[in-house]
Amino acid sequence: MKILSAITACLSGSVLLFSGAAFSADEAKQINGCEALTLGAAISLTGKYATNGIHAKNGYEFAISKISEAGGINIGDKCYNFDVIYYDDESKGDRGATLAERLINQDKVQYMLGPYSSGLTKAIAPVTEKYQIPMVEAEGASRSLFNKGYKYLFAVLSTSEQYLASAVALAAEKAEEAGKDASSVKIAVAVENDPFSLDIRAGVLEDAKKFGMKAVIDEKLPRDLSDMSAILTKVKLLKPDLLIVSGHSKGAATAVRQIGEMKINVPMIALTHCEAADVTGKFGDTANDILCSTQWAESLSYEDALFGTASNYEQEFKATFSDYDGKKVPYQSAQATAAVYVFKDAFERAGTTDKEAVREALTATDLQTFYGPIKFSEAGNNIAKPMVLRQIQDGEYNVVAPSAFASHKVNWPREAQ
Amino acid sequence: MTALKVILYIVLLAFTVAAPFLFPDFRTQLATLWLMIVVSLTWDMTGGQMGYNSLGNIFFYGTGMYVAAVISIGLVYDVAEYTSAAGGGMNDFTPVQYFTGVGLGMLGAGIFCALCALILGYILFGLRGPYFAIGTLGVAIAAGELVSNWEWVGGGQGITLPVYPADLDEGKLFFYFLFAGTGVILFIFLRWLYGTRFGAAINAIRDDEEKAEAMGIHTMRYKLVTWSMAGFFVGIVGAISAFQLISFEPLESAYQTINLGIFMVVCVLLGGKGTLWGPVIGAIVFHVFKEVTWNYLLGWQWVALGALIVVTVVYFQDGIMGWLAHRKPEWFGVRVEKNDATEGADR
Amino acid sequence: MDQILSNIGLLFEFPIVNLKILIDGLMIGALFALAAYGLALVWGVMNVKNLAQGDFVICGGYVAWYLAGLGLPPLMGVPAAFIIMWGIGWVCYKVVISRVIERDLFTSLLATFGLAIMIAQILNLLFGSDTQSIKLEYATLYFGENDFIDVPIAKLIGVCMAAVLAIGVIIFMKRSRMGQAIRATAQDARAARVLGIDTEKVYAFTFSLNSAICGAAGAIIVMVWLIQPFYGITYAIRSFVIVTAAGLGNLPGVIAAGLGIGALEQYGAHIFGIGYQQAIAVLLLLLVLVIRLIQQRRKRQSLQ
Repeated sequence: MKILSAITACLSGSVLLFSGAAFSADEAKQINGCEALTLGAAISLTGKYATNGIHAKNGYEFAISKISEAGGINIGDKCYNFDVIYYDDESKGDRGATLAERLINQDKVQYMLGPYSSGLTKAIAPVTEKYQIPMVEAEGASRSLFNKGYKYLFAVLSTSEQYLASAVALAAEKAEEAGKDASSVKIAVAVENDPFSLDIRAGVLEDAKKFGMKAVIDEKLPRDLSDMSAILTKVKLLKPDLLIVSGHSKGAATAVRQIGEMKINVPMIALTHCEAADVTGKFGDTANDILCSTQWAESLSYEDALFGTASNYEQEFKATFSDYDGKKVPYQSAQATAAVYVFKDAFERAGTTDKEAVREALTATDLQTFYGPIKFSEAGNNIAKPMVLRQIQDGEYNVVAPSAFASHKVNWPREAQ
Repeated sequence: MTALKVILYIVLLAFTVAAPFLFPDFRTQLATLWLMIVVSLTWDMTGGQMGYNSLGNIFFYGTGMYVAAVISIGLVYDVAEYTSAAGGGMNDFTPVQYFTGVGLGMLGAGIFCALCALILGYILFGLRGPYFAIGTLGVAIAAGELVSNWEWVGGGQGITLPVYPADLDEGKLFFYFLFAGTGVILFIFLRWLYGTRFGAAINAIRDDEEKAEAMGIHTMRYKLVTWSMAGFFVGIVGAISAFQLISFEPLESAYQTINLGIFMVVCVLLGGKGTLWGPVIGAIVFHVFKEVTWNYLLGWQWVALGALIVVTVVYFQDGIMGWLAHRKPEWFGVRVEKNDATEGADR
Repeated sequence: MDQILSNIGLLFEFPIVNLKILIDGLMIGALFALAAYGLALVWGVMNVKNLAQGDFVICGGYVAWYLAGLGLPPLMGVPAAFIIMWGIGWVCYKVVISRVIERDLFTSLLATFGLAIMIAQILNLLFGSDTQSIKLEYATLYFGENDFIDVPIAKLIGVCMAAVLAIGVIIFMKRSRMGQAIRATAQDARAARVLGIDTEKVYAFTFSLNSAICGAAGAIIVMVWLIQPFYGITYAIRSFVIVTAAGLGNLPGVIAAGLGIGALEQYGAHIFGIGYQQAIAVLLLLLVLVIRLIQQRRKRQSLQ
C-alpha cells in the first residue's frame, strides 16, 4: 500500500533531480570581457580512443584560448568568446549519442564540435541532424558519414579512403621502376574493426583493384590491439610488397613494435596515426622508413592570420601543452583547432548567432588556414585539402608524397631494422 | 485490490503518460529509464523468481537491435549493399516504409529472441550457479564478437538506420511511448504471471530444483518458457533502441556486455531481487544515480558506479525492497508478532 | 572461406609455422596460466569468483611500469609488483571480499565486477589511458630460415619468471604450513576451523597471494606486451576459461590448460584471422562447458 506512495515519492524525487540539472546553462556568462558563445562536445576522455580524444580536446582548447587572446569573435558589434561544455563519451557510440542529446536538450547548446573517431561521429551526427544543430567535426573521416545526406555536418579533414591511396600509387610506381608490372604488387592489409579503419581498408582495396593488385592478407586486428604477431607471421610467409596497418594510435604502436621484433622485411610499410602514437619516440630506429599518412604536417606552407604558419602553430601548441615536448604535434590536434577556427569564421561572416544563418555561412566556407584550405562539398566533407604521406627518415618525418608537397625522396625498399 | 491501490496505480499510470509532457527536455532520459525498467524486470524473471542468474541477457538486446535493423532495411534495400563501407546514398525511407520497418522489426526481434532463448536455454539450463552466469556471459560476448566480424551487417562499423521521418518532438514522444508501453504491458503481465501456478512453479525451481522436479514439475519446460518470455521483451526493447539510437555498432552499443548487461543485474539487486517492484525501483534509483554522476563527476563516474555496485552487493544485498520489508513489514501485509524479526519477502 | 583454407594450407606448406605458433602460444599461455592459477586458488579455497582478476594483472603492470619510470631495474618490477599487489589484495580482501565469502555465489561475481570497474577507472585517472610498456634492452634470438622464429630474450625471461613463480607457489602449497592450511580450508572450511586453523587468516592470505601472483604476471606482461587500464577483461575472461577447463581443485591442471589455451588461441587466430581471437577464447569456454555438461548428464547430474 504505502509502498506505492513510496514509489511515487521516489519517482518525483528523481524528477526533481533531473530538473535540477536543467537550470545550469542559461545565465549569460562572460569570458574575458566578451559574452560566452557555448559549443558542446562529447569527447573520448576514457576508453579506447582516449589518447586521440585528448589530442583533439587540446586542439579545441588551444584554438579557444588563441581566439580569446586575439579579441574574440566579432558578431555584429558584439564580441563573443567560445565556451565549450565537454562530456566524456567513453569511446562508446551510444554514450556519445546520449550526451549529444543532453547537450542539446538540457544544456541548450546550439552548436557542436565533433567527437573523436568516425564511429563516434557516426553515432552523434544523426542526433545533431535531427535537432538541426550545426556540427563542425575534425576527427571523423569515414566516407560512410558523407553519404547519408546530412546537412548540418561539416568536416575539416579529408576522407579516409585518401589516407593511404598515395601509398598504393607509390608501390605501383616503384614496381614499374623496377621493371615489373604494377599488378604484380602484393598487398597485406591489417585494420582495426571500426568504421574509420574499415573505410581505409575499403579505399586501399579499391585502389589496389584499379592497379590489378592482389591483397594476399586481409585481416582485422584483434580487439585489444596488443598483439598482431599472427598477422606478421603470415606477412613473413607470403612476402607482400606493401603492408598497410590502420588501428588508431594503439594499432600503430603495436605494429611498429612487432615489426621490429619480428624483423619484418617488407619493401614498403604504411601506417596511420604514427605521430599520435609517437612511434619515433617510443621505438626509435625501428620506425625508420615507415610511411605515415597525415592530414597535416607542420612542414607544409599553409598559413593564416590567427595561428600563423603551420610550424608556428606547432611551436605555440607545444609551448601551451608541455605533454608534447619532444614529440610531434599530431594532426588530430591541428584539425581540431581548425574546426574551431571554421566556426569563428562562419559566425563572423553570418554576423548573427542564428543557427540557420551560421549553417548557411558554413556551407559557403572558403578558408585558408594553417591546417590547409577548407571548403566543404555538398555532403560536408573538406574537398580542398589533400592528404600527405610522410616517411620516417632517421627519426624525422619527411613529406614524400604526393609529389607537389614532397620535400624528400622516398627510401625504398625499406630494410628491416 | 483495494480502492486505494487502484487509485495509486491510476496515478502512476497517469504520471507515466504525463511525464514526457511535464519534462519535455528529459524525454530521451525518461525513455532510457523505461528501457532500464524493462530489462531489469525481465532479468528478475529468471534471476530473481527462478534463481538462474544470467549475465547474458544483453544477448537478446543486441540481437533484437540487429534483427530489427536488418528487417527494416531489408524491406527496402539490399542489406549487404546498405551496410558496406563505401556504399551509400540509400537513405531515403518513406514514412510508410519507416513505420512498417519499426513495427515488423519489433515483432521480428521479439520472436527471434524468444526462439534464440529456447535453443540456447536448452543447452545452458543444464548449467547451475556460477557456470550458468559465466556460460550466458560467454554467449553474449561471443555473439558480439561474431557479429562484429560479420560483414553482411556492417561488421565493426555497425549500422546506421534512417532518422525518424516526421517532426522531432513527435519522434521523441513516439519512442518514449514505445518504451513505456512495453514497460507497462510487461509489468501488468508479470503481475498476473507471478500470481499464477506458473509463477509458483518457477519460484519452486528457485527454492529447490530437485524437489520441484520430484513434485512433477517439468522444470526444463518452465525454465525455457520463462527465459524465452524474457528474451521476447528484451528483444523488443532492443529493437526500439535501435531505431532510437539510429547508429549503433556491435560491441559497444548492441552487445554491451559490461554496461547494460551488468547494469540490469545491479538494478535488480539494488531494488530487491525476486520482487515485482524491486526491479522498477532499482532501475529508477540506478538511472538517476548514473545520470547525476555522469553530469557532475566527470572522470569519476565509473569509480562512483563501481563503488555503488560494491556497496549494494556487499552491504545492501536485499535491496531497497528487502530493506523496506525488514523495516516496515506491515506495508507488505506481513503481521509482526511481538519480538519476531520478520524477513518478509513479498511482491 | 578462401582465406581460411589458404591459412590452413600455410600450416602444411611451411611446417615451421606450426613451431612458431606453438612457441608464441605457450609464451602467452604461461602468463594466462599464472592469472588463472590465482583464480583457481580463490575460487577453490574461498568460493569467490573474482572478475577483477584481470584488473589485478593490469594494476601489477602499472606498478612495475611506474617503478621502472622512477629508475628501478625493470626485472625488479616483478617482485616489487608482487609485494605491492599483495598489499592491495589484502586491502580489497578486508574491505570487500571478506564480506562476500559466505554469501551466495552470485554476490562475489558482482562485487568483484564493481571492484574491477573501479580499479580500471582509477588506473585510467592516475596513469592516463595510453598503452604503456617497458622496453627491455635485450636482443632477440632468431632461429630458422630467414630468422623465421623470433624469441625476444625479454619474453624468454618473462616466461622463465612465470615458471619460477608457478613452481614456487606449487612448492609453497605442498610444503609450507600455510599452504597446508590453505588446502585444508579448501577441502572443508568447517572441519579446518574445528581443527584450529584460523580460516579468516587463511582467506586473507589466499586472496592476497592471488592478487600478488596477478601483480607479478602483470609486471611480466608490461615487459613483453602492452598494458592499458581497460585491458583487464581480456585476462579475466582467459582466467575463467582456463579454470573452467581444468576443473576446480586441479591446480597443476590449470597450468596445463593455460598453456593449451594459449596455443589453441594462436592456432585459431592463424586460421580464422586474429580478429576472432576474443571470440575463439569465449567459444572455447562454451565448448568446455558443453563437454563437461555432457559428461555430467551421463551421470544424471548438472554442472554446479
